[in-house]
Amino acid sequence: MAEAHPVGFQWVMEAKRRGAKVFHVDPRFTRTSAVADTYLPIRAGTDIALLGGVVRYILDNELDFREYVLAYTNAATIVSERFEDTEDGDGFFSGFDPETGSYVQDSWQYEGHESDSGSGHTAKERDSAAGLRHESHGAQVSGKTQRDETLQHPRCVYQILKRHFARYTPEMVERVCGIPREKFLELAQAWTENSGRERTGCLIYSVGWTQHSVGVQYIRTGAIIQLLLGNMGRPGGGVLALRGHASIQGSTDIPTLFNLLPGYLPMPHHADHRTFDEWVDSIRHPGQKGFWGNSRAYAASLLKAYWGEKATPENDFCYGYMPRMTGDHGTYQQVLNMIDGKIKGYFLLGQNPAVGSAHGRAQRLGMANLDWLVVRDLFMIESATFWKNGPEVATGEIVPEQCRTEVFFLPAASHVEKEGTFTQTQRLLQWREKALDPPNDARSELWFFYHLGLRLREKLADSDHPRDRALLDLAWDYPTHGQHAEPSAEAVLREINGYDVTTGRPLASFAEAKDDGSTAVGCWIYTGVYADGVNQAARRKSRHEQDWVAAEWGWAWPANRRTLYNRASADPQGRPWSERKRYVWWDSEAGEWTGHDVPDFEKTKPPSYRPPQGASGPEALAGDDAFVMQGDGKGWLYAPSGVLDGPLPTHYEPAESPMRNPLYGQQSNPMRKVYDHPVNSVNPSPPQEHSQVFPYVFTVSRLTEHHTAGGMSRMVRPLAELQPEMFVEVSPELAAEAGVAHLGWAHLISGRAVIEAKVLVTDRLTPLRVDGRVIHQLWLPYHFGFEGMVTGDSANDLFGITLDPNVLIQESKIGTCDVRPGRRPTGPALLDLVEEYRRRAGIVPGRRPPMVTTEVRHPAGPSDDGPRENPE
Amino acid sequence: MGLRTFIEGWPVYRQLTGTDPLGRGAAAQSGRSAGLTARTETADSMARSVCPYCAVGCGQRVFVKDGQVTQIEGDPDSPISRGRLCPKGSASKSLVTSPLRQTKVRYRRPFATEWEDLELDVAVDMIADRILAARAETWEDVDDEGRPLNRTLGISSLGGATLDNEENYLIKKLFTAMGALQIENQARI
Repeated sequence: MAEAHPVGFQWVMEAKRRGAKVFHVDPRFTRTSAVADTYLPIRAGTDIALLGGVVRYILDNELDFREYVLAYTNAATIVSERFEDTEDGDGFFSGFDPETGSYVQDSWQYEGHESDSGSGHTAKERDSAAGLRHESHGAQVSGKTQRDETLQHPRCVYQILKRHFARYTPEMVERVCGIPREKFLELAQAWTENSGRERTGCLIYSVGWTQHSVGVQYIRTGAIIQLLLGNMGRPGGGVLALRGHASIQGSTDIPTLFNLLPGYLPMPHHADHRTFDEWVDSIRHPGQKGFWGNSRAYAASLLKAYWGEKATPENDFCYGYMPRMTGDHGTYQQVLNMIDGKIKGYFLLGQNPAVGSAHGRAQRLGMANLDWLVVRDLFMIESATFWKNGPEVATGEIVPEQCRTEVFFLPAASHVEKEGTFTQTQRLLQWREKALDPPNDARSELWFFYHLGLRLREKLADSDHPRDRALLDLAWDYPTHGQHAEPSAEAVLREINGYDVTTGRPLASFAEAKDDGSTAVGCWIYTGVYADGVNQAARRKSRHEQDWVAAEWGWAWPANRRTLYNRASADPQGRPWSERKRYVWWDSEAGEWTGHDVPDFEKTKPPSYRPPQGASGPEALAGDDAFVMQGDGKGWLYAPSGVLDGPLPTHYEPAESPMRNPLYGQQSNPMRKVYDHPVNSVNPSPPQEHSQVFPYVFTVSRLTEHHTAGGMSRMVRPLAELQPEMFVEVSPELAAEAGVAHLGWAHLISGRAVIEAKVLVTDRLTPLRVDGRVIHQLWLPYHFGFEGMVTGDSANDLFGITLDPNVLIQESKIGTCDVRPGRRPTGPALLDLVEEYRRRAGIVPGRRPPMVTTEVRHPAGPSDDGPRENPE
Repeated sequence: MGLRTFIEGWPVYRQLTGTDPLGRGAAAQSGRSAGLTARTETADSMARSVCPYCAVGCGQRVFVKDGQVTQIEGDPDSPISRGRLCPKGSASKSLVTSPLRQTKVRYRRPFATEWEDLELDVAVDMIADRILAARAETWEDVDDEGRPLNRTLGISSLGGATLDNEENYLIKKLFTAMGALQIENQARI
């Protein structure tokens, strides 16, 4: 955090100054480790084993915050008797279907609800990255659950959790992670001691944590600990994601993602969402409790914002215009399709996949096989010049005279040359004022897409093709200003906020959204950002003039709420857990919730409220159902739906690992997304043969002085000067073993590529003793490429393509490689070297390693469930 | 210069007699630095902005004089950053004024070995033509069972997490109406 989010780290230092203990877990000793109380080096990819060890420590010693756990989590909920744990399935839960490599989730459900998992077959959900839509709300689950408040029932979540993690002992943590048990116990003890009524602890991760084939389950493990310790919804608590780009949170809230629409509404699927009603009901889950019950209004209002006057209740608000998903349309599938010649044109909008995405060679080969490519950027990045300067030109794989891709480079406006909002990592929208006009041809994306839309509509004005109606009927009329006719970002923000279509009045909250066509709302979770016609994101009341919550600086979604689920900061009766941790509470005299933040609860619903029989939607939430976006109102220690690869996190080895999984026969996540494409390959891991061909583990991360793929830092003089060169960090022990010298050159080889780097021998990396052997890890920055003031080989070239099944993010923090002294070969000899390694490792392009690596039979497979819908 | 002026101009004297006994401020100031004016004092305008690098969201103040960015510094009012910027945020002025910034449209014909110039308006027009051609060539009305698809898989897009919400909103809206499903973002990477 001190390296990649230095200014955010000041608050960790503030906390430390006030007595907080800071633990830092990282494969490499960094500036964060230097100021932490305790640093724990870890074998990359074993975080679930470490955190699972903490869960076991809590449960074994009964150190959970029992009153919180009973009231606010699903610890007491009884699970189906058909559920079988990974402990009994050698790494598999019940319901695995080896045919599709995915789970049927029926047996994971709460008792009595086996048939309404809503999931059917998770293979389809994997392809549409369906897990991502739960960023604003929980998955479908019935609120009518059976509970055992004594937590003794053998099938209550608490007992299941206990059994699931029973073998994650301090000894096992040491064996899997390479963390000495004393250090582990120091962490577990400090974390639990710092939790309860009087104290809270927080878990902070950077989003490299998500870039694993079990990425979502990493975060689930953290969430389980934080729920058990009562650290959610309370000040100083939480699971805090440090996102790495100025508006990457905004880019999922108002997504430019294939599977989502604004506000986490799903993109329609051709088989499941044929009609507007099918689509809405799949979001709303009729009869379910919680605020998602109003989703018909959010969906209708979005379509109203898209198609304006043309969208009416009679024509289902133009739902028929919506494009439909049929499977995986994600960025990696797209790149493989480019290589196969299926994609004509590609837009890159401030993005540099030639350096920033996994398997750089596949990225560049894909871009070299397009009809046309549009690159919009501040700088001439690698993704614009691959046809001329890329490494494949040197190897002869791309010949400029034979490369057919037509490339348009359009200069973009910088952040000071346009106005608009970024959503930063804690969901806070901050408006930026424009300082000056962009130079020459440089324009904002707002300008480009608005005018592109106008141009398309002009060209289609006389079209009678049905396919063009959606474009021609689109509400595409924004006021413009200035010499370049820049569209008004404030007008767009107002549409995002939503308004009454008759009066034009901006809505104050999403509760005002209607399903009858009388409101248009571009992104329902952002409603309120333009309340009263005021740009709330532009508020800049000084921190000196308001309290520590600083509610009048910018605007946070939803409803300017700074801490989510803050109802849990009060006890079930609505009283603060302690004076020290007072945040939001029930004021019985006034008959309302009040506090330092906007309460995350219906303002006048008393803690004693119990829903009437048959209630649904918000009415069905009891006065102590603190997790209001969950179908059962509870924080989920156990996820019966929504997480595709298991209701509980389980340690699997990364897709590429030098080690056999010490915990289960199943080596890696059996649901990970794999691609059998000739350009892709995976280095062998046990129990496969030849894993020793790639004996070392490499991991990548950021330097303080560079930014992601380098497009905003290698082109900037002071930053280029501060970190001028690609390098690799190795331990003295590995340097001796591999024969590489400090400040000399080394090259690294994977089954995809070979790259070179200067060697930095340092004890920031340490060999780990794991399961009776020594594992060497090495570290690389991933910022370098072949353009800019400073250049170097790209670390991401080493990776293959394997994805997390829930959100289709790539495993780009861990791979295996070999290290050799000296510079890499150049020209065709470079390809020969990779080929030689592939041959030695037995890699056949396009053939993936076995997905199932245990002989144990999976008793509750789909054959026992009767006929199921086949995945698409 | 008289003796008195000479002695009073001596930093140690100022340090011993003035308000700066540690010699870290006024006492150490030279005549030259006393005569300097901060660029922020003489700017024509100041815009309140946000750092474009990581997602912490540090407040920035952007100073402009004679149509040029002359200084970008931390906003002390921000409850998030309290006026601080990291090495990248501090380099923001160098980012927006970098000599490597491209400000003209560049065009590479198929099979060409070099860039050429192109008018912006012509480029937008050519891109619009290519979108329509790609749609026409790859359009899918319905699936095998006659269920609607309304889409093209012939167009892709990727990026970018430094775009504004308003920009992402228009991109998603336009691409959806175009039937271009394959929009992706750094948020998946």
